[in-house]
Amino acid sequence: MTYTPDLLRIENLSVSFPIFGGRINAVKNFSMRIRPGKVTALVGESGSGKSVIGRTIVGIESPIASIGGRILYNDPALGQSVDLLSLPRDGRQIRHIRGNRIGMIFQEPMTSFSPLHTVGNQIEEALRIHDASSAKDQLERIDEMLSLVGFGDPAKVRRMYPFELSGGMRQRAMIAAALICRPALLIADEPTTALDVTIQAQILKLLRDLQDRFHMAMLLITHDLGVVTNLADEVVVAYRGEVMESGTVDDIFRRPIHPYPKGLMAAVPHFDMHPGERLKPLREIEIDSSELLGKRKGLKGLTDQNVILSVRHVSKSFSTKKSGFFGGGQGRTLAVNDVSFDIRRGESLGLVGESGCGKTTLSKILMRGLSADGGSVAFNTEGRSINVLEARGRDLEMLRQKIQMVFQDPISSLSPRMTVRNIVGEGLEIHNRGNRSDRLASVRRLIRTMGLDEGALTRYPHSFSGGQRQRIGIARALALGPELLICDEPVSALDVSVQAQILNLLKDLKKDLGLTYLFISHNLAVVNYMADRVAVMYAGRIVEIGPREVILRDPVHPYTRKLIAAIPVPDLDHPLDFTALGQKKTSGFHGWGKQFDDEAGGQELAHADLGNGHLVLARRNVDARELRS
Amino acid sequence: MVRYILWRIVVMIPTLVLISMFVFTIIELPPGDYFESYVAEMRAIGEKADMQEIEELRARYGFDKPAPIRYLRWATGMLVGDFGYSFEYRMPVNDVVGDRLWLTILVSTVTIALTWLIAFPIGIYSATHQYSWGDYGLTLVGLIGLAIPNFVLALVFMYFANIWFGTSIGNLMDPQYLGQSMSWDKFKSILEHLWIPVIIIGTAGTAGMVRRLRANLLDELQKQYVMTARARGLHPFRVLVKYPLRMSLNFFISDIGSILPTIISGAEITAVVLSLETTGPLLIRALQSQDMYLAGSFLMFLAFLTVIGVLISDIALALFDPRIRLKGGSMK
Repeated sequence: MTYTPDLLRIENLSVSFPIFGGRINAVKNFSMRIRPGKVTALVGESGSGKSVIGRTIVGIESPIASIGGRILYNDPALGQSVDLLSLPRDGRQIRHIRGNRIGMIFQEPMTSFSPLHTVGNQIEEALRIHDASSAKDQLERIDEMLSLVGFGDPAKVRRMYPFELSGGMRQRAMIAAALICRPALLIADEPTTALDVTIQAQILKLLRDLQDRFHMAMLLITHDLGVVTNLADEVVVAYRGEVMESGTVDDIFRRPIHPYPKGLMAAVPHFDMHPGERLKPLREIEIDSSELLGKRKGLKGLTDQNVILSVRHVSKSFSTKKSGFFGGGQGRTLAVNDVSFDIRRGESLGLVGESGCGKTTLSKILMRGLSADGGSVAFNTEGRSINVLEARGRDLEMLRQKIQMVFQDPISSLSPRMTVRNIVGEGLEIHNRGNRSDRLASVRRLIRTMGLDEGALTRYPHSFSGGQRQRIGIARALALGPELLICDEPVSALDVSVQAQILNLLKDLKKDLGLTYLFISHNLAVVNYMADRVAVMYAGRIVEIGPREVILRDPVHPYTRKLIAAIPVPDLDHPLDFTALGQKKTSGFHGWGKQFDDEAGGQELAHADLGNGHLVLARRNVDARELRS
Repeated sequence: MVRYILWRIVVMIPTLVLISMFVFTIIELPPGDYFESYVAEMRAIGEKADMQEIEELRARYGFDKPAPIRYLRWATGMLVGDFGYSFEYRMPVNDVVGDRLWLTILVSTVTIALTWLIAFPIGIYSATHQYSWGDYGLTLVGLIGLAIPNFVLALVFMYFANIWFGTSIGNLMDPQYLGQSMSWDKFKSILEHLWIPVIIIGTAGTAGMVRRLRANLLDELQKQYVMTARARGLHPFRVLVKYPLRMSLNFFISDIGSILPTIISGAEITAVVLSLETTGPLLIRALQSQDMYLAGSFLMFLAFLTVIGVLISDIALALFDPRIRLKGGSMK
């Protein structure tokens, strides 16, 4: 075996930032290495300093940071090893390395491109800076790179603006821009976190293919252990700016020594969980729902099988203006297309689908935030049935109290100008519950139940962490004693360990208070942990619905199968099947097997009953056994 | 694009008609007309007005006719460039405004150019050196500039100019050129006087623009694409100019719309204080004395320029920002 030197060595790196009245040490005495041509994953929660390290390597960390230690970069193309930290800030040498020898991609494909410049212009930029070849050659290289990252018509994409591309396409363009100069090292900072599962799988495959093709090393910064096992050769686990453990993927995932990586792995929901097994968050929160229990006694007697919400043939379409300058034709998009399902009292129905499939539109219709074009929704409470879509006056007021929502983004869903007390108590005020002191008492009860300190009442949302904010959001939703809680991606903006806290909290509340959930998520592992039944939504329709074990273990519809196959599992023995995922994306209901294919524009598809409440959207008159093939 | 522009121009017509009705109503609102206030003024100073001439003028301008007819006459007259007759100056509005208009445009254009020249570098410096001493100092100066009313500044300037240089800085030219036709000497004299009103009128605008540019640029500097561009190896200054600066210019382009009317209105109060030969004092005087055609035509002209300015800035925005051009009009 010949010895190859490390491409990048970080030695005793420390980064600190001045904050009001002190300093915060983001990175402490951090050492790691990146081997040439290998993928090194840097794993940790937010606040672990992993992104700071990525930015420090190329010298684009904020100028207020004080940086110590060495970052030795040993690129054969540069001849000799250089300490990147010793180069003058923004000087010629470091700029020669940036974009040329070290490429970088970021998490947010939406904001990583300037919306005012064409995609081609921004990809070309690195070439113009670092490459002396003629404009014609450069154009050829851009087209070649764009087709490498999967664009069919590079010349067209070059002239498009970033906002004309979808998130996944934008991330592909981003990768093309980072790799255009064929760097020796690619720093990928959460490259797939903002993407849907199936898109994520495609991007991971693309990164792996390109890494292989260009013999490029990669620093993969992520919090997703599933991404790590599928892509990385070596792993560094960071916690609060320090290295907890490092080694090969094999070492870390099969034989973790340090308790932190072990804890991190136990906090992630996975598919091999036993029924009733609980996630173990790194920091458990104590909740105390005993004070809220009293309210619920009357409801305990109800049987579990009666239906709380019954949705029938609900549709909603939006008019969209096609491109063209303030003109062009109008089109209509069916965001929700003939959706029917029931939610039984006390159960948790998981609604799964990719962004744009209509799941949020559906939840807004159920909340009466949007009006449906057609169909009916019946909500059964206190022995009678309310027509949700047409309720007025007292019925509507009743609905507003009985159905509550927990939102995805814990930052924008709480008003920054209201104290926690006002936020949680607002619903009580609107519906005239009790007098001032009664309301304050119940706000206090809710806050204690959520495991928050009573001192939180007078503070504003910005002084809480994401997980704490989400607990405030849940407290607000529970204030009026709802029966049905619609949780729209409640944990997708949270870190793994915090995610486990919130999921356990929701689970406990459901058990203690007898709540019913409509749990919307794109993360199947989370749905697997939370839901009793699962509905899979695609292009506005529910393609498959059934008990959780059936949907996740034995899915019938090709879309469900694809969705499940695309999830990166943090288990070395279950790698993603990249060859299957490489197939072209289908649109609408075409390209599936012929049983599921829709040739006549939606008229031919109906739900086939496979027994045990398992329905699949397929062509009419198809035999159930045929579907299983 | 062409369709959009044509559509906007068509929409302008009813807008202007509505504005003209509004303007006419407003100048008709005070009781009486110009002649009544003129007669009253004459009586107050103990003189008799020539009632015969007044009756003649009244009949000629249809003051005995109902308001809708007078409105129609006024509005249709403007279409062919006849802005009516100024009773106070006893000559057509066109002649009254004439010379002053060019002087106003001169003062305003120089002011605006100076505002931009000063505001841009300072705004960029303030944003890129946020919370530095330079930023604090410039912010302080800017806030002072914003807070001091222009006419106060004008009075202060006049006082010190008198003490230090022993000159009067009123007017836009030396007194001997007033009322004369344009000559090289007159032009030189105007240039000599120009800088004082330009500085005075420009301070508030400059300070405001610095603040807005700084705020907009600060927002943009934190965006991800700035870091992406730097990670490509682009020189930091080129990054600044190409991405965040250009992004932060939208406010500036929308501002262009409101610049056209300000060019003409000519900083009224300051102009009165400095007795500048611009249109500002004229408008104020006309409003005071109910010289309705002069005032009305003036307001109409300002409204017209505003509408045109908004159109220009909308078109410029669409050309400049592909998001507006390509995404505009998509509805939920």
